[in-house]
Order: sequence, then C-alpha cells, then structure tokens
Amino acid sequence: MDKIISTFGELYASCKRHNKQIWEAAQEREAEQAEISVEDFRNIVKKSLDAMKEAIKNGLESHEMSISGMCGDDCYRLQARYVQSHSLLGTTFEKITTYALATIEENLRMGKIVACPTAGSCAIVPSVLVGVSEELNISETEQLNALITAGEVGRIISNKVALAGAVAGCQAECGVASAMSAAALTQLRGGSIEEILNAVALAMKNLLGLTCDPVCGLVEIPCVKRNPFLAIHAVTASELALAGICSKIPLDEVIDALEQTGKLMSPMLKESSQAGLAKTKTAIEMEKTFLK
Amino acid sequence: MRQSSIIDIISPVMVGPSSSHTAGAVRLGLLAKNVYNATPKKVTIKLYNSYAQTGKGHGTDKGVLAGLLGLAVDDTRIKDIFELDISKQFEYKFEYIEDFNRHPNAVDFIFEGEHNMTISGDSIGAGEVVIRKINDFTVKFTGKYNTLLLVYKDVPNMIAKVTNSIHINIASLHCDRFAKGEEASMCVCLDGEIDNKVIDFLSLIENVYMIRYIKKLES
Repeated sequence: MDKIISTFGELYASCKRHNKQIWEAAQEREAEQAEISVEDFRNIVKKSLDAMKEAIKNGLESHEMSISGMCGDDCYRLQARYVQSHSLLGTTFEKITTYALATIEENLRMGKIVACPTAGSCAIVPSVLVGVSEELNISETEQLNALITAGEVGRIISNKVALAGAVAGCQAECGVASAMSAAALTQLRGGSIEEILNAVALAMKNLLGLTCDPVCGLVEIPCVKRNPFLAIHAVTASELALAGICSKIPLDEVIDALEQTGKLMSPMLKESSQAGLAKTKTAIEMEKTFLK
Repeated sequence: MRQSSIIDIISPVMVGPSSSHTAGAVRLGLLAKNVYNATPKKVTIKLYNSYAQTGKGHGTDKGVLAGLLGLAVDDTRIKDIFELDISKQFEYKFEYIEDFNRHPNAVDFIFEGEHNMTISGDSIGAGEVVIRKINDFTVKFTGKYNTLLLVYKDVPNMIAKVTNSIHINIASLHCDRFAKGEEASMCVCLDGEIDNKVIDFLSLIENVYMIRYIKKLES
C-alpha cells in the first residue's frame, strides 16, 4: 500500500491501483504506521463508535443545562414534538436531528463525547452514522468501515487546513464534519469511491465561508443548532452524489478554496467572538449576564 | 508534508464542551504533572487570553486541575472536580491574565514543593497541545509521542551519548541552552517505548541534572 496519501487525487489513484475501498486502504496504512494489526486499529475506531452511541443515549435522557445556563434543553423539546407529530421527512430525519441535539447537548453539559473532528462539531458524524445505521439495520462492521472512511476524509483535509475555528472558521469544524458525514453515509449506502468523493466535495463547497462567532465565546450559540442542520446537509450531499451528480470543481480544489477562504476570513470571525453573532446587541447583553 | 492519523480526527473520547478549552486543558495539566513528577505543595495556574476569558464556561479551570491530578480527558469526574476529595491533594490557585504576546490558549503552571518548577504550554486546537517552556528552557513536545526530557550541562557529545543508548526510532529532537557550557535541555520524541533500564543508564551520564520520561497521552 501507499504510505503517504496527502490529497484526494492520490487517495483515488491509490484505491484504484490496488483495487481497494477507501476504508480498506486507510486501515492498512494506519495499522502499518502505528505498528499494530488492522484488527487493533479497528478496535480503536470501535472505541470511538461505542462512545458516540453512549453519548447519544445519555443525551436523549438528559435536559440538564450548560454551565452558562444558555443551552441544554432543545433535544428534549424536539423529542416531545416527534411524540406529538412525526417529521414531514420521516423517522430517519427524526433520528438524525434528535441524535445530533442529544450529542451536542451532552457536550455542553460536560458529558462524554467524541471530538469528531472537534468537540463543537461532535454531533454531526454520529447522528448521521448511528441514525441511518439503526434505520437501515446496518452491521457494526459496516459502521466501522464508514467511520474509517469519514476519518480518512477528515485526515486528508487536515493535511491542508487545521481543523480549528480559530484558524479557518467553522467551515473547518462543522463544515468538515458535514463533509466527513457525507462520506460516511455514502459508504454506508454502498456508494463508489467517486460517489463518496463527490459527496464530500458537494457538502464542503456549500459550507465555504462559514464563520466561527460564538456568543460569549462558548460552544453553545450557534454551535448547538448548527450540528443538526449540518447533519441533514450531509444527507443532501450524499443523495445527490449517489444520483451520479458530480462536483464540477474537483475535491482537492474545493479544499484549496477552503484553505484560502480560511486565510482571508477576518480574525474577528474566527473563534475570537469579536464580530458576527457574538457582537449582536443580544449577545452583548448575554455576555454581561453569563461572563461575570 | 506531515502525515496525521485518522485516529486524531475521530478522537479523543472526551468530556465536553471544547477540544481546545477542555480536553486540551486536561492534557496540558497531565503533561505538566508528568514533567514535575512529584506531589507539589502548591500550584499556581495562570490562564491567558481566551483561556482566561471563556475558560469558566468551557470548564478550562476544571480541566487543567483534573489533568494535574492525573485524570484522563474522558473522565466524567472532571465536571465536579472542585468538589471531589481528590482535588485536596495540594493547594492551587488560578490567575487570569491578558497578554497578547502569548498564545490565545496559553497556560503557566508554577509548582512549589520539594522542588520548584514553571511549565508553560499552549492548546493549539482540536485538543492538541504543546509544552513550550520548562523553567527558562524552550522545549517542544505534544504528548503524542513518548518523550525523553533531559536537563544537562552543555558539553560536547551529550546528544551522541543519549541517542546511542536509545535503540528505537527518534521522531524529533529539540535542544536548547542558556549559553555555551551552561545548562541545556534536550527533548527527544520517540516512535516506541524505552525501558526503565535505559532511563536509569542515561541518568548516570555525567553532567545530566534531570531526566524525565513522559509517556504519550492516550488519544
């Protein structure tokens, strides 16, 4: 196997050359680099998958508020609504949105979650992966394959762009998480390598420029609600890609645009809470109340 | 180009809410604890800039203290650490400082006890951390590798003596000194594990003042 894969072009060529799926090539390379067996590597991935499921379970059961008191009871509200009346888009949609709120709220009450790729974007991959797998009765083996695929996508992006709001804005946190989820979902549904990479490109392209302007500097507003939004965003990207719809801009060039956009983005909109939502009249009032 | 691992992307399993402000804080505490390598009498923790401003809401103070007490990033006791008995092992004090010459998420640990030591580090995003300074030496290690840390007298052949005794691959090597012939530091990041015997052997090398073997943090 190829030891170094730094771009999606290289990933595609390598998978084709060795006739391997993305997760297959990735797990072999990761195991070799870490000097462990493929089975051991998959067990590490399973630890993350199990923790994701546990966070969903805990989050669904709690409506404890965060330290600031600003957020923590939205998942409770959404569940209550779905008991009363089902979502227009069906039970898969219900699961993804509730699981996303469950996870991100578990995060803000200092519960245990998986940073994937970051804590502020921790609910996007699990909600799509676990929600869809439950609905379609997908095996754990395939869930692990999908999570490895998502991880490989995030890893390649991180070679070019640091996955941190302070460096490149929320496009590099929730944006990348949505692109990773699109990859995981397309893998889960048996998509080809081309379809997986197109799903990533489509999801990513549509989130370029997303800023990080958290109110009071906390991972709460707008992060909490952004997670379910961008989980569903990933489903849209996957659906389009599975229909054979291609990104006219190749994925590596989309990532170049992500990097450039991150560099051009004002530092005031990169996790410093100096502009955007963080400096609205209401947010300034909240600062006085919560950041005493 | 430096190659990262998938595991960095889909981990750590951690208590929230922020990889940089909570998990990063725990990791900085853990690394500082391992460098100090004793139970202190008192630790003053200086949180800078964003760590000072938004640290309370992110549990940065709880995270740092939990790390100093040896708790891992996924330990659910972090949330209530101030109330727990284990947090009574030593005296601690937080200071909140604005200094834009420092990293947005910088922290200083000032240890007082059988020996005094100041350790500084930054949380650089996505849960990754770097220890940058020990007393007045610049160092550079992240907890991603098993790391050998030495303070010694700056004399010829020290690097050769150390590296000759280690029979595993060195991922990175960083040295610094006060001045020629004065105190110096060496930070060796390793791809594998070294035996305690090797550490004992290294500590016997003439002119080595201090040696620490800091195991990599669980991801």
